Amino acid sequence: MKRRNELLVSLITLIRKEIKRYLRIWVQTLVPPAVTMSLYFVIFGSLIGPRIGTMDGLDYIQFMIPGLIMMSVITNSYANVVSSFYSVKFQKSIEELLVSPMPNWAILVGFIMGGVSRGVLIGCIVFCVSLFFYPSFTIVNPLLTVTVLFLTSILFSLMGFINAIFADSFDDISIIPTFVLTPLIYLGGVFYSINILPDIWRNISMANPMLYVVNTFREGMLGVSDVSIPFALAMIVFFIVVLASTCLLLLHRGIGTRQ
Amino acid sequence: MSQFALEITDLKKTYDSDVVALKGINLAVKEGDFFALLGPNGAGKSSTIGIIASLVTKSAGKVKIFDIDTDENFPEAKRLLGVVSQEINFNNFEKVIDIVTTQAGFYGIPLKESLLKTEITLKRLGLWKKRNDQARTLSGGFKRRLMIAKALIHEPKLLILDEPTAGVDIELRREMWEFLKEINAQGTTIILTTHYLEEAEQLCKNIAIIDHGELVENTSMKDLLSRLDVQGFVLDIDQSLEQPPSILNFPITLEDSTTLNVVIKKDQSINDLFGQLSALGITVSSMRNESNRLEEMFIEMVKKN
Repeated sequence: MKRRNELLVSLITLIRKEIKRYLRIWVQTLVPPAVTMSLYFVIFGSLIGPRIGTMDGLDYIQFMIPGLIMMSVITNSYANVVSSFYSVKFQKSIEELLVSPMPNWAILVGFIMGGVSRGVLIGCIVFCVSLFFYPSFTIVNPLLTVTVLFLTSILFSLMGFINAIFADSFDDISIIPTFVLTPLIYLGGVFYSINILPDIWRNISMANPMLYVVNTFREGMLGVSDVSIPFALAMIVFFIVVLASTCLLLLHRGIGTRQ
Repeated sequence: MSQFALEITDLKKTYDSDVVALKGINLAVKEGDFFALLGPNGAGKSSTIGIIASLVTKSAGKVKIFDIDTDENFPEAKRLLGVVSQEINFNNFEKVIDIVTTQAGFYGIPLKESLLKTEITLKRLGLWKKRNDQARTLSGGFKRRLMIAKALIHEPKLLILDEPTAGVDIELRREMWEFLKEINAQGTTIILTTHYLEEAEQLCKNIAIIDHGELVENTSMKDLLSRLDVQGFVLDIDQSLEQPPSILNFPITLEDSTTLNVVIKKDQSINDLFGQLSALGITVSSMRNESNRLEEMFIEMVKKN
């Protein structure tokens, strides 16, 4: 019982440290997504949106909102964990954790919870910003929306963790977000429904994992989707299990953390 | 319960780069000991400490901390262990107090209790006034103290210090020696690596010398020093000489006109030397060791190896 309480204290300490880290630099972590998304809403929603008309039977700005929230959640969950974990490696303060009795799973959960909290917080901020541009927005399925929000944050926090484990320089932590994540997100149905694409591009798009995340979230918020929701949810959970197991294996073997 | 704070058996480490750092070290450190682990750069000291602290993965061998096998229950062994690494390993942008309380939290100490412990530890190490300063604003010496505070916050029974006084001025170094002596007297077993052999000689009861990944010596400090056959002394004399005085059985050289270097064998009496100098009308005003005694022994051993 005593050891269980100690473990809980150590886990809470790490989560608190992670949350304090991004709150301390809120101008760099919380404000930019709000500003960027406001610009998206102004330009693509209010200025260009009315010329586009409707998408899947919805106002274009309304169609965009879930995609833009998901885009922010994905990039921020990923960025939080990759930068935080790489920083502790770079500064060698990871030794503070490694010499302590914290088990590997607690270290992983601590960092992932930091990423999830930031992802969810950013998701809420972007949603609040969207209400300025589309005040009548209502969420169709809150349970599915919140579930996908959390699962997506967990999934991309885990990806960020693996990136940080293998990163040897600050360049290494920006390559994946810039050259892999961002293109996949933009082509994953944030701004359009894949139903408007020619068959060949629609089929190619079906191989993009971001499409499932964005569309499942859109189903929760708006009740429209281009993909099968049970399949998408199962895939998200499957990848969470695979990535979490990979992270634990890497930590156990000391790859990227121990010499 | 074993009487040993640390037992290392056939410890081996080969890095991915095929560098063999440890070739099968066997070492036992008794509870309450103040133990020196010495060796030249790249000898394997930091690899040994890294393995004990779980910062380095071992290739083979066993490590037991207070009889707890680290392969079987490392978390429990870690609770008994405090480590002061060679390099600064805290977030420089955090406040001193936050760094220490967070470290306490990682050991499962609740915040309220850790704040109390932090106050006591920081006061002991003269860091309390700087508790709200960002770590990056501290001087090198205070950063070293902060490293020690972090390592002591969970009151470990075994404290390992990897060159804790590197780059620290002599005044602060001596303060740290006093502090370490004090916690050792209170029952904490201490293992120290250092390049300042004077430090090891002053503080440690037992000593191991490691070179090329092998233990070349493991004995008491007293025993090691007693093996010194000769010692060099520097004598400051009152009058100026142009040539070194010729004294039977004592080879003397002139460092400058008022300073003599003399080599004295273990079985020779220093009083005999003073008597002969006095007979020649030479008065010695002060005397010191030519170099640290342990340093001579250390260089000799490493050369042999």
